[in-house]
Amino acid sequence: MSADIAKLESIAKQVRRDIVRMVHSCQSGHPGGSLGCADFFVALYFHQLNHRPSFSLDGIGEDLFFLSNGHISPVFYSTLARSGYFDASELATFRKIESRLQGHPTTHEHLPGIRVASGSLGQGLSVAIGAARAKKLNGDDKLVYVLMGDGELQEGQVWEAAMYAPHNKVDNLIATIDRNGQQIDGATDQVLSLGNLKAKWEAFGWDVLETNGNNMQMLSDTLAEAKSRTGNGKPIMILMKTEMGNGVDFMMGSHKWHGVAPNDEQLAAALSQLEETLGDY
Amino acid sequence: MKKYTYTEKKDTRSGFGAGLHEVGQKNGNVVALCADLVGSLKMDAFIKEFPERFFQIGIAEANMMGIAAGLTIGGKIPYTGTFANFSTGRVYDQIRQSIAYSGKNVKICASHAGLTLGEDGATHQILEDIGLMKMLPGMTVINPCDYNQTKAATIAIADYEGPVYLRFGRPVVPIFTSPDQKFEIGKAWLVNEGADVSIFATGHLVWEAIQAGEKLAELGIDAEIINIHTIKPLDEEAILKSVAKTGCVVTAEEHNRIGGLGDSVAQVLAKNNPAPQEYVAVNDSFGESGTPAQLMTKYGLDAEHIVGAVQKVIKRK
Repeated sequence: MSADIAKLESIAKQVRRDIVRMVHSCQSGHPGGSLGCADFFVALYFHQLNHRPSFSLDGIGEDLFFLSNGHISPVFYSTLARSGYFDASELATFRKIESRLQGHPTTHEHLPGIRVASGSLGQGLSVAIGAARAKKLNGDDKLVYVLMGDGELQEGQVWEAAMYAPHNKVDNLIATIDRNGQQIDGATDQVLSLGNLKAKWEAFGWDVLETNGNNMQMLSDTLAEAKSRTGNGKPIMILMKTEMGNGVDFMMGSHKWHGVAPNDEQLAAALSQLEETLGDY
Repeated sequence: MKKYTYTEKKDTRSGFGAGLHEVGQKNGNVVALCADLVGSLKMDAFIKEFPERFFQIGIAEANMMGIAAGLTIGGKIPYTGTFANFSTGRVYDQIRQSIAYSGKNVKICASHAGLTLGEDGATHQILEDIGLMKMLPGMTVINPCDYNQTKAATIAIADYEGPVYLRFGRPVVPIFTSPDQKFEIGKAWLVNEGADVSIFATGHLVWEAIQAGEKLAELGIDAEIINIHTIKPLDEEAILKSVAKTGCVVTAEEHNRIGGLGDSVAQVLAKNNPAPQEYVAVNDSFGESGTPAQLMTKYGLDAEHIVGAVQKVIKRK
């Protein structure tokens, strides 16, 4: 089934509105990476993923998604709400006391759609591998997806997992790296170079695809291509180039909006660039 | 003093291996993971019978903890196996976030705990693991005392939903508990009824406490000995009931005196019924190379030191 690109783009606009409004409301959180990955989340949850918003933690018979770079929780929460896991009005509680929408995603408050806590970086790929192996043991032919940040690749555990998955032919797994080239202290190339990621992941034995994470058509095509390559003895890696802050001109392309909330004026400026397509929460 | 004898000695890690094999037969959801220490963890029987339910991770403990967390999603009950040092300190954040905070049903099975690992020395002799694990909300911490108890605990934890730290060791030690015991998580075992002092012991120190009890009896001291195999959740009722009778306490464990069983007992007493307490534990130091027996003597963890601690604490009553 081919994707309705215009519809996905329209949903992504609302998700971006949600992100900046959530982060503004609590005056904390991570808008930059969230905005950059909005198209990916929408393409995944509104087209690619075979999932049930009624939610069961075990997710038997459905595709699973894990967010390893948990700090981009705003885009995750908005996507889950907009796809029916919980009411969008709950987005207003993000990072506030007694909320299920913790600063970083957690199972602890039983928010539908979350299957493991993340925030401390580098752990999601291992968890996704475990879930993928459980699916195989259960004779469940659905897939496991995981998203990581690129700065996160500086964590050693990622490379333990990178070695494990091809050796054990975990081929029901599609990992994606958000290659925005930014981390808290600056450009990844300045902080600690990641080098040639395609060559690195291929050398580890992964089937590597590259895409533009802010082009809905390309993204949808890549996700479909990735799915078609599963079951061939190799885990799949999508290197997804995105722009941090994408969709809001003054937030784009800089690490400065990694973890900073907009003030009232900046919120108004951001919202004027983002059409309200599904109704604000 | 009730008489305890033994006809055989075995390592507690072999109790784990036997328990893992048996629970694997009973429960098809049990899976096992190992970080390149299959022989040391005695996992061979499980692997031979259930190769498809065994995951060799390689020397990558962080990845092992993450994979174990993921395996629970879909209903598996993962048992991870490596040395206690690599099961805890090395992977504390992975356990904290992906297992404990995430409420995952992972059984962290840790061999070669404490000084009795022996000749490998302090790099491998973790004496802080009980403290690290008991501080994690929702984590159950178990340190069985012999082969049979370790086997029974290994089987029992599969039926408990939630993360568990199961700690055992390398040395060959007397088997003095029943082979058909029912292991109840959080329920202390009254080894010997006594009136003069309460000795709360865990792991390898339980046998030492029994030896001490016999010596104390010769000295006219009637020691109550209680095996606290579950350090968390702690059997507070059993502790308070015993201390109400005896009025003084010795705790005995193969662990740093900071953060182990002794501190857990002290906290219960301070809150409910303050009583003199002596610690038989490692005095806030690292270990060193040596035979297990040499180390237990040098670091003050044998029956003789328990006797000394009892004599000291009784005077403080």
